[in-house]
Parts: sequence; structure tokens; C-alpha cells
Amino acid sequence: MSGIAAKPKLAVWKFASCDGCQLSLLDCEDELLAVAGAVQIASFPEASSASVEGPYDLSLVEGSVTTPHDARRIREIRRQSRRLVTIGACATAGGIQALRNFADVDAFVSTVYASPEYIDTLATSTPIAEHVPVDFELRGCPISKSQLIEVITAFVHGRRPDVPTYSVCEECKRAGNLCVMVAHGTPCLGPVTHAGCGALCPAYNRGCYGCFGPKETPNAPALSERLAGLGMSDPELVRLYRTFNAHAEAFREASEAREHGDSPTEKKSP
Amino acid sequence: MQVIEREELDRLIGLLAGDGYEVIGPTLRDDAIQYGPVRGIEDLPAGWTDEQDGGHYRLRRRDDRALFGYVVGPQSWKQYLFPPSQTIFRARRDADGLHMEPAPVQAPKRAFLGMRACELHALAIQDQVFTEGPYVDEPYERRRGSIFRVAVNCGQAGGTCFCVSMETGPRADRGFDLALTEILEGGRHYFTLEVGSDAGQAVADRLSASQAGEDEHRASMAATEAAAAQMGRQLDTQDLPALLMGNLEHPRWDEVADRCLSCANCTMVCPTCFCSSVHDSADLAGSEAVRERVWDSCFNQAFSYIAGGSIRSTPVSRYRQWMTHKLATWHEQFGTSGCVGCGRCITWCPVGIDITEEAAAIRATDQRRKRRDG
Ligand code: SF4
Ligand code: SF4
Ligand code: SF4
Ligand code: SF4
Repeated sequence: MSGIAAKPKLAVWKFASCDGCQLSLLDCEDELLAVAGAVQIASFPEASSASVEGPYDLSLVEGSVTTPHDARRIREIRRQSRRLVTIGACATAGGIQALRNFADVDAFVSTVYASPEYIDTLATSTPIAEHVPVDFELRGCPISKSQLIEVITAFVHGRRPDVPTYSVCEECKRAGNLCVMVAHGTPCLGPVTHAGCGALCPAYNRGCYGCFGPKETPNAPALSERLAGLGMSDPELVRLYRTFNAHAEAFREASEAREHGDSPTEKKSP
Repeated sequence: MQVIEREELDRLIGLLAGDGYEVIGPTLRDDAIQYGPVRGIEDLPAGWTDEQDGGHYRLRRRDDRALFGYVVGPQSWKQYLFPPSQTIFRARRDADGLHMEPAPVQAPKRAFLGMRACELHALAIQDQVFTEGPYVDEPYERRRGSIFRVAVNCGQAGGTCFCVSMETGPRADRGFDLALTEILEGGRHYFTLEVGSDAGQAVADRLSASQAGEDEHRASMAATEAAAAQMGRQLDTQDLPALLMGNLEHPRWDEVADRCLSCANCTMVCPTCFCSSVHDSADLAGSEAVRERVWDSCFNQAFSYIAGGSIRSTPVSRYRQWMTHKLATWHEQFGTSGCVGCGRCITWCPVGIDITEEAAAIRATDQRRKRRDG
């Protein structure tokens, strides 16, 4: 970034999450020095207790919004950030904790906690983009290290990240994996799931769990129909879509369609 | 036509290896018959076959010990000549300026053992795409120049095969170095052998082969005739380009798009699909960059991205692009069909969408006729 005297200031923020995505950054051992060379890490509680005052050039936000306090905090972070990128399934889709969106949170709170009155929580777990404008969403549970480096590099060089939005199937075919759905009848979310993992599970003869959430123009109803034809029951289909990206629109609608017994007619796929 | 006994095939593999070829052929991997390195006949899938249908593949036992008693592998030979990803160049910036370094082209000598007639036709189509136009794809040409083709004619057809409709099989008529036909008869297991090139002749001369007798000749022809009579699918190609291009607004496209996942499996497994996109990446310091070329597909939104957005933003337009390119516009572009009838796109479509069924549905309800008649 010739012509710019100070290095861009990077901040990493945590909301409701497991820290796994932030740790992906620490895990970029080979590139970490380069990152530190290219940006000033101004705030990264997971890595260092030192922090620099805002505003920030780039904020990476991990985690979902589950409390009124966090709903206020993300607005403040947005105000302090020139670019805001959400990282991981929690921040981009509400995470596994968004399973609460399909249940009664008050019932959980009164069952789990001795003094429920101290618990200040929202009824839902929601992605950051439902609260503030987001410049780029990086998917995955956890995110891919190389995609994270790509996002930071693109930011530093002032271009758009090159992160493909097509299906996991394409990574699967390029890797030379055998399709577990066609050849073994194993249910797989790959055809509706966003690429990014390199088709890790099919490479080990497992179906895709949908860690990277819905791909571009996902057609989950058609996949559900096929999986039902392969013998999956509606409750199994509901569970299939309700994991790390349960609240992502395409997966949410697909699970709800199978939950309320209003699944499309017995039109069997060939 | 000559004849070699089963054991002589093992010698053929050894001879090719001795000539410096890496022999690639059918092997059992992950419950499927997939192309991979073969060191001898013990690596071949003796006694196994494949059951194929829309969105369905299963490995099955045969009741004999045939070595080539299956149809085609999940991925075509294209993976070796037009690899899923290849580095084009690396660039480095330092105090002296920018240094570009073209990536070395790997063009290993390879012998493809077990190429089917449809696959030879697909190879000819990719040769035309990559090497016979105004711009030659040099890495492809170099890899292509180092292969040896051992065809094995089909003695049975698969559930999704339709080479008879596409006039690409089941018997290899050209485009091979050697062509074998496997015969199991009584207690005897042998191959008829045909030579298709000088390179093939040079290898055949070193085999212990005998002239085919009348019975052996007849058995060889009967094997491929049996396959021809067994096609799992068929496609009426009569005026097909005009039919499809005259029905671009047919409601059937919407129906198929309701089922299509736009997952791109069909294009990836298709032995003739040739699309790729180029990606540049640079390191954080901006001092090293790499340009890479990877398989792309018309089912991807970014594939038709131009300033302002993707032209084919809907799955219906993407499915229509795929099918009309394969069966219609390919003729204009290259003078042949883009489909050789191998059936892979049907078998490996996770929801079993069938290009032959879609074409037949449009033919049955041709909107041009309706417009004319109505
Ligand atoms: S295994 Fe799953 S991800 Fe891979 S091609 Fe098949 S459906 Fe797609
Ligand atoms: S036709 Fe089948 S394989 Fe091709 S994109 Fe559609 S669903 Fe995927
Ligand atoms: S369109 Fe389908 S049947 Fe035709 S060559 Fe391609 S994969 Fe084979
Ligand atoms: S069908 Fe699509 S992917 Fe295949 S060659 Fe044509 S445009 Fe390319």
C-alpha cells in the first residue's frame, strides 16, 4: 500500500461463539508474521491484552448476537470500523446457538439456571448482518485459514476477496472424490452448500454437513425431495439442516418445510 | 484382427511401463471402478461391474472374471489432459522489478488403458476445442502428445449409456493406438486386438499374438453388437439443434430448473466440457503472485458475471445454457455435437436429471408446432 504512511488498523471482535474462527487466525502460523507486517493488530483479545483505541480500518467480527448488550456493542463497533467483515457460521448465520430460534428460550433459562432473573438474553441468536451493514461475510464452521488470509490480503490491496460461492460438489469433483450420495446413497448437503472446506467430508466418505452454509442460489427443496427418496424421514431432514447454519435462510426454510408436515407431496425423484 | 490371451495383457501393461508410460486404467477404489495407476492385470477390477442409473451408481459382482466388464468410470480421462487446476505462472516483485515465471508444464508419458469408444470421441472433441482453433492450448497439446491410447470395446452397455444415438460407439472405429475386445467363452479368456496407429503397431509387434480366426472375429463383433442392443438410454438427434433453439421459452426448462441444484456435477464429469476460469492471488506483502486456471462451469453465477451482475442469474437460464450448448450450439461452434452419450451427467447428477429425458420432453411438446398449428 504505497503512499499510505500508517499500516491499516485491524481489530478482531468476539460475540457469542466458540473462539474457533479467531483461533484460525492464530493458526495461520506461516502467514501470521506477514499479517503482522501488513496490518497493525489494534485489538485482538484472544492474542494479546494490549489494545489500541478506534477507529479501525478493518474489523473482523466473530460470533452472533444473543444479548441486548451485544446488540448495542455491535452498533458501536460498526461506527468505529471502516470495513467490517464477519467470520464464521455464528457471525454470518447465527451459529449452532441459533437452534434457540426454533425453541422457547424462557423455558430453557428457567430449567437450566437456579436464578433465571440474572439471565439477560435475547430469544434469538442472529447474524451480525441482521443488526448492522456488513462489508463481507466469510463463511464456515470454522472458517478456512486460506480464505481468511485471502480476505485480509484483498483488503490490504484494496480489491474484492476471491471467495467462490458455488457448491461443495465442485470442490469434490476437482479433488477427484467419489460422490458419496450417488455411489453409496449417503445423504450429503454438498449440492446446496457453499464451497470453502475443499470437500473435506466426502474425501473421507462422509456426507457434507453444511458447515459453510447455503451456496449461491441454493435449491434445498429439490435436495430434500431426493434425500426423502433415498429414505430420509422428515425429522432426519430437519436435523440435517439444523446444525451450524440452522438460521441461514435456505436451510431454515428447508427445515421448517419438513417440520410442519407440509413437505411437498410424495412426488418421488427418479 | 489378432488375438492375445488374457495373460498377454499383463505383458502389454509391462511393455508400456517399460517404454516409460505410466499406465492408467480401471481400478477399484471407494466402491467404484475409477481410473488410476495400474501395474498389472491384478490391479484390474476382475469380476466387478457398475450399475448406473439417474443419480445412482453401485459396484456389483459379475458372475464371471471379466477385467473390463463395467462401463465408464465416474470421472473421465479429461482429468489427466485438462487437469482440474493448473498453475499458469508465478510472478515476483523485488527491487529490480517484476519477474514473471511461466509454470513448468507436466506432460508425463501416460498410457490410458480401457478407453471406451465414447471416450475416444470425447478426446477428439477436446482436441478440437483446445488445439484446432486459432489459439492452441499448449499445456494440453503437450500432455496430449505424450499419451498412448488402448481402447477396450464395450461388451455391455450401462444404464445411462446412449452412444448408439450419438454414433460414438460402442465399437471404437478410430482414434486409438490399440483396441481390444474382451471375450470370455467357455473356459477361455482372450482379447481380439486391432491396431490403429504406428505407435500401436510398434507395441503390437512385440506381443505374442495370433491371427484371429473366423470364430474369434465373429465373437469380437458379437460383443459390441450385444452392447449396442443394450443401451440404457436413447436420444433422438433428428434436427435436435433446431428443436432446442426453437424452444427456448418452453415451460419444461422451468420444470427441470425446479429440480436442478445448479451444483455443476454434470459439467465436471462431462468428458467434453472445457470451461475454466483464471484466478490471480498475491501474498500480503504484494511481492509474490500466482495465476491459476481451474475448472469452471456454466452452472456458476460468476461464470456469466459482467459489469453489473451475472447474466444467467437464474438456474433455469443456467440449465438451458448447459443443455443447449451440449446438444445445439456446439454444432455451430465446432461442427459436432458436444455430447458423446457417455451418460455420466445422468449418473452423477445428485438428483438424477437426465439430458435424454429433457430433450424428449421438449420434442414431445414442441412449441414451434404449437405456434404453427395454433
Ligand atoms: S459427495 Fe456430496 S459434495 Fe461431493 S459431489 Fe456428491 S453430493 Fe456433492
Ligand atoms: S443437472 Fe444435476 S448435476 Fe447438473 S447442475 Fe443440475 S442438479 Fe447438478
Ligand atoms: S452431456 Fe452427459 S452424456 Fe453427453 S458427453 Fe457429457 S456427460 Fe456424457
Ligand atoms: S456446457 Fe457449460 S461448462 Fe460445459 S462447455 Fe458448455 S458452457 Fe462450458
